[in-house]
Amino acid sequence: MKIHEYQAKEVLRRFGVVTPRGIACFSVDEAVAAARTLGGKVWVVKAQIHAGGRGKGGGVKLARSLDEVKAYAGQILGMMLITHQTGPEGQKVRRLLVEEGADIKKELYVGMVVDRGTQRVCLMASSEGGMDIEEVAAHTPEKIHKVFVDPGTGLKDAEADDAARKIGIPEGSIAKARVALQGLYGAFDETDASLAEINPLILTGSGDVIALDAKFNFDDNALFRHPDIFAMRDLDEEDPFEVQASKFDLNYISLDGNIGCLVNGAGLAMATMDITKLYGGSPANFLDVGGSATAEKVTEAFKIMLNNPKVKAILVNIFGGIMKCDVIAQGIVTAARQVHMTVPLVVRLEGTNVDLGKKILADSGLPIISGNNMDDAASKVVKAALAVTGGKSAAKPKAKPAAVKAKPKKKVVAKKAKPKAKPKAKPKAKPKAKPKAKPKAKPKAKPKAKAAVKAKSKAKAKAKPKAKAKPARKSVAKRKAKPVKKSAKKRAARKAAAKGKRK
Amino acid sequence: MSILINKNTRVMTQGITGKTGMFHTKTGKEYANGANCYVAGVNPKKPGESYEGIPIFGTVREAKEQTGANVSVIYVPPPFAAAAIDEAVEADLDLVICITEGIPVRDMIRTKYKMLGRRTRLIGPNCPGVITPDEIKIGIMPGHIHKKGPVGVVSRSGTLTYEAVGQLMEQGLGQSSCVGIGGDPVNGMKHLEVMRMFNDDPDTEAVIMVGEIGGSDEEDCARWIKENMRKPVVGFIAGLTAPPGKRMGHAGAIISGGKGTAAEKLAVMEECGIKITRNPAAMGKLLKSVLK
Repeated sequence: MKIHEYQAKEVLRRFGVVTPRGIACFSVDEAVAAARTLGGKVWVVKAQIHAGGRGKGGGVKLARSLDEVKAYAGQILGMMLITHQTGPEGQKVRRLLVEEGADIKKELYVGMVVDRGTQRVCLMASSEGGMDIEEVAAHTPEKIHKVFVDPGTGLKDAEADDAARKIGIPEGSIAKARVALQGLYGAFDETDASLAEINPLILTGSGDVIALDAKFNFDDNALFRHPDIFAMRDLDEEDPFEVQASKFDLNYISLDGNIGCLVNGAGLAMATMDITKLYGGSPANFLDVGGSATAEKVTEAFKIMLNNPKVKAILVNIFGGIMKCDVIAQGIVTAARQVHMTVPLVVRLEGTNVDLGKKILADSGLPIISGNNMDDAASKVVKAALAVTGGKSAAKPKAKPAAVKAKPKKKVVAKKAKPKAKPKAKPKAKPKAKPKAKPKAKPKAKPKAKAAVKAKSKAKAKAKPKAKAKPARKSVAKRKAKPVKKSAKKRAARKAAAKGKRK
Repeated sequence: MSILINKNTRVMTQGITGKTGMFHTKTGKEYANGANCYVAGVNPKKPGESYEGIPIFGTVREAKEQTGANVSVIYVPPPFAAAAIDEAVEADLDLVICITEGIPVRDMIRTKYKMLGRRTRLIGPNCPGVITPDEIKIGIMPGHIHKKGPVGVVSRSGTLTYEAVGQLMEQGLGQSSCVGIGGDPVNGMKHLEVMRMFNDDPDTEAVIMVGEIGGSDEEDCARWIKENMRKPVVGFIAGLTAPPGKRMGHAGAIISGGKGTAAEKLAVMEECGIKITRNPAAMGKLLKSVLK
């Protein structure tokens, strides 16, 4: 899990690391008020998104008057900030950090990660502050000083001091640097961080050592013992499909392709993506349903994939171990009936009770394409996807486009209320999947899959970045509206919405 | 022969009374020589009870002393699993196989630290376990897809290991032992240590090495193979299409800092004389082709 800079600084302060004074803001007025509260003559207005590279993207500005604070806050809040980590659509800025200015004499880098080789936490320190550490590592690795921290002792005084000297901290400030470095280790260790960076760590004109920027990622497996950290989660910064999947304990990652993949096991899931690519297709997602997938989980997995309008075909690849093939087959059948499968489905089953599983699929009467092994399944799904994207769409397409277009608007209006969505990648609304269910809510058309897809992609292409943000919202909202667990979802949506707002 | 475990291994299950522990202890007991192999269970709250005729003890040490168990398999839930490993290490077992998925990395760092200088070996966590076909199965893999034979399998992933085994069986090839080392960044035995054992095992004639993105264990192993391995090795790395910075399910499966990509690993492996394939469906055939 990732958190924002201002939250990371909160964590660091708890461990004694000095940071500039700053206030998180959600509106221009709040930003101006924050600057007034902080006092002084210079402020820094910083966009708060999880991606790095904010400064280069125009998300960090130095303001020399309250008017400038106001102007910059207005510019930055709500902008689609594009950095090398956001992808081309950018990430919408919803929060700001207004900080007092700092007197920078020297910019340094310190970071921590778990080093697999030594199986210890590694402190990396460099005199090249403010730069991308990966660049430094690639071009001038000798400038990175590393300490592998003994878990029995923590970061020792001598190690911290040595690291501080190596990156150019003068003697008079060594004690202060030690506080910062040991504080960083303390924070990393205590909070179960997986990555922590202070970049830059600065030396001021008066010899102070201050964390000017901060980044923390946490070990998801340890969040259960850090409710305070978990409370910092910002769903707006996460991929909506991934958020949805996480509710059902599904391991899901959005990708750019058009073939949905549903697999048991992370390694096999990656291998399935790889073989899809090998056959000329492109995976739309990584999805590991785990070793104990229930029919419910499988159903949710299908819904998530079908909500992605890019998906033109789905490949299910299961090697049943503990998970029996008949159970998964039953799950597929149940899911297919419930979500109204709108794209071709290729299923490859192997392992425990495979014959029974295949029989269940065959008896279901569903138009499932059977794959005999990974090669066969991959080639079939790629062909199926091509057929869909190719000329095939004749009948449906015509009808739909109009409907599709119409929808977006309505939805937008209707849904504006819910803050939740993440604008990012998944601009597309959730067309395909749930045609049936919707009727009541939206009288309009339910887009059939293919047509919808096309229409949407067109729409998207046209839309400017800003426009995109909205559709995404809709999609989320819609998803929620779906048939089955409506109430639960709504609750979740509301909760998420609440979270999205400032607390 | 085989590596790590065989029909003479005596196993205790830590976490035997949980749903997963019960299920897999039972299937393990039913597999090949399992009835003789599974001799003890551990649950501090239920000493004196039994499951499927297997006596339950309050501590690992007691279970070892009373039954002669020298290997433990762990199905304890993630928040307590590292402590369960610690207990097995302190009791000087030969081998601990930790199946539990989702143990915090910090816990594992501390556990590995405590293991320094101890004799106990660790497989996992977050792994399917180890099987020596037709002798003993310790873990969650489906026993029936395996049979005894000349091929060693070592892998970071569970179902992808089954896939490799399934392909071997299609080629009529059995396995000496299959070892799932797990998908976590801080774990027990690595590819290299397992490969070394396969190299020394007279019953292993060739090895399939399955890796995935993240870390550099496969590269380390490949370099060792180049210098030392006397048997053919074929390899596959999952995650050629994985985007950087995204954790692909396994905590350890992430490309970070431009390191740990599948392409990079495959290149090193190839350089070191390992036959590689980029097609996960071709592992079995490739292995067959190197078996003279």
